Amino acid sequence: MTKFLQLASQGVALGAVYALVALGFVVIYRATGVINFAQGGLVLLGAFLVYNATFTWGLSFWPAVLVTMIMGAAIGALFEAIVLRRMIGRPVYAIILATVGLLIIINEIVTTIWKTPAAAIDSPWGLDKITVGDVKVNQVDIATVIVAGLLVGTFFLVFRYTKVGVAMRATALDQEAALAQGISVRRMFALSWAIAGSVAVMAGVMLGSNAGPGIGLSATIGLVALKAFPAMVLGGLDSPGGAIVGGLIIGLTQILTGGYQPEYVKFLGDSFSDVMPYFVMLIVLLIRPYGLFGSREVRRV
Amino acid sequence: MARANRAMVRDYADDLKLFRSPAKRIALVALLVAYLGLPLVLDDFWAGVLTLAGITAVGALGLNLLTGYTGQASLGTAFFIGLGAFTASYLGRASVLGGKGMPFIVYLVVAAVLGGLVGFVVGLPALRLRGNYLVIVTVGLVFIGLYIFTKWKTVTGGPAGTSMPVKVDILGNNFGSLPAGGTVLGRDQGLFYVVWAIVAITALLVKNIVRTRPGRALQAVRDRDVAAEVIGVSLFRYKVGAFVISSAIASVAGVLFGLHIQNLSPDPLVIGLFLSVQYLAIIIVGGVGTVYGSILGALLIGGTPAIIDRVSENVPFLTSSATGSGINKNVFAQLLYGVLIIVFLVLEPRGLAGMWQRAKAYFQSWPFSH
Repeated sequence: MTKFLQLASQGVALGAVYALVALGFVVIYRATGVINFAQGGLVLLGAFLVYNATFTWGLSFWPAVLVTMIMGAAIGALFEAIVLRRMIGRPVYAIILATVGLLIIINEIVTTIWKTPAAAIDSPWGLDKITVGDVKVNQVDIATVIVAGLLVGTFFLVFRYTKVGVAMRATALDQEAALAQGISVRRMFALSWAIAGSVAVMAGVMLGSNAGPGIGLSATIGLVALKAFPAMVLGGLDSPGGAIVGGLIIGLTQILTGGYQPEYVKFLGDSFSDVMPYFVMLIVLLIRPYGLFGSREVRRV
Repeated sequence: MARANRAMVRDYADDLKLFRSPAKRIALVALLVAYLGLPLVLDDFWAGVLTLAGITAVGALGLNLLTGYTGQASLGTAFFIGLGAFTASYLGRASVLGGKGMPFIVYLVVAAVLGGLVGFVVGLPALRLRGNYLVIVTVGLVFIGLYIFTKWKTVTGGPAGTSMPVKVDILGNNFGSLPAGGTVLGRDQGLFYVVWAIVAITALLVKNIVRTRPGRALQAVRDRDVAAEVIGVSLFRYKVGAFVISSAIASVAGVLFGLHIQNLSPDPLVIGLFLSVQYLAIIIVGGVGTVYGSILGALLIGGTPAIIDRVSENVPFLTSSATGSGINKNVFAQLLYGVLIIVFLVLEPRGLAGMWQRAKAYFQSWPFSH
């Protein structure tokens, strides 16, 4: 039982990371119908910009995060305005490729500027563990879960009760109808990219202040976004709540598989948990092509 | 009666001609001369670059059939490249077939068939999934494929990888070391002949598919699949069929890719997602829905890093070290690649093929502007 609780707590922490990244995907997909392959790049850039702000500029943690979130928002909105706005109406793969182009550029810039970074961002929660019963939990993991929860809560309230949120939902529902109501669809597109950019910074901070294989302050944290794909697809591409549920399911599945599969189904190999999310995603998609909470696409003939 | 304009298509027979104008026939002869002559004059570096460009052209032709003509976006190409390469390495190995290993033609065909079969299975979800969801499923395929390649040690050699057959025997000629007029050509020069012959065959195959009845069906599926189904196009047959053919072609490209790089390992940097992205970039930079665009795109995307590599010593801000000041030349090549993709997507959506057509139209209708 201790083992299960230990694994489950790790799974929830990993799931919260996936959820944070998937949330960025969902915000953009909802408004613009684009899967942003550069989300991982924005996460990476966010982590290193916060590191730069604390380490080189000497800001303390929270002001650094705030400044970087504004920068992330600006980068997202700028990319939308310069590149994607000219590509509206083009095939899905062309738009995806444009975001991959951004990902490649960000990756190369980050590895060129920050050649030898520290191991992790200095953060208020640090790398200490606390013990609950027999279970050891990283403080950064608790912080990640709280941040993810707060962000989703904010999203829910903003989308539901503010004028901007309603305008964004209207844009996602029907662009022409939104235009007819006097909503600036362009501004909503740019806004959703800006939000995704700052959410990516937050995900980058949580990943960059952690330590372990594939996380911490390294160029590989951008790859987490590829693992967050299954989380996003599982929840449905256009559902923020789905991103959280999908993230938790994928995170838990991955960690529990890693904990129990080597013992019980050994023949699958020793790092099967790494590809488990993709299998879960494939199975869910074959049964429900629009994910668990995604809205079904209506096609006119 | 003299024809007003050679480019004008007047009946279906005109439309079916592969090399319609004398200029095209002259270009064909020039290409043949280049094909036969280039390996004799190129050094190892450039022969290698052009061979690799040819290999990516083969894969890009397959992907263009699937994405450019049928509209089914896929980022799974890297998986089929790996499938073809590992099949070739296993069948060509000395431990198979009584200590001799199978000849090139055999493992090429087996790899193509195997690629087609797996393509069939992968194509089935395409009947249910569209657009973004399909892209993500093919992304999953690449990761699952890499995992299988890493774990199936008897075939792939595990993480350390495996080596490819050294000899490339076709009808008793070893293209790995081809005698030519007193000298022996290197491996890259020999492979150049094999690879570009396969490029020509693949291009002809794809061209023949797209300019006839199945091709029109594929394009109908691309433009609107429901409408295509209404006018009697079987979605099952053409969507899955496009996956089968495209995967078989990618698998053939994989065999050649393995022969080119020789030491093959399931490295995410070699046969991972970015390889798939590269193929997608090639067909978009080259020209979606054109046959020669795939080849032009492969030459541009394959040639640019090579040119940067060669001129980097004369460019002050480029270095070949990873840690010193200045920009590493590989990093710069990658940056340029990313910028190139975005610039083409925004400014020239029809790619190199579109540029070429515009230039051609300008000269054909000169002195009138359109």
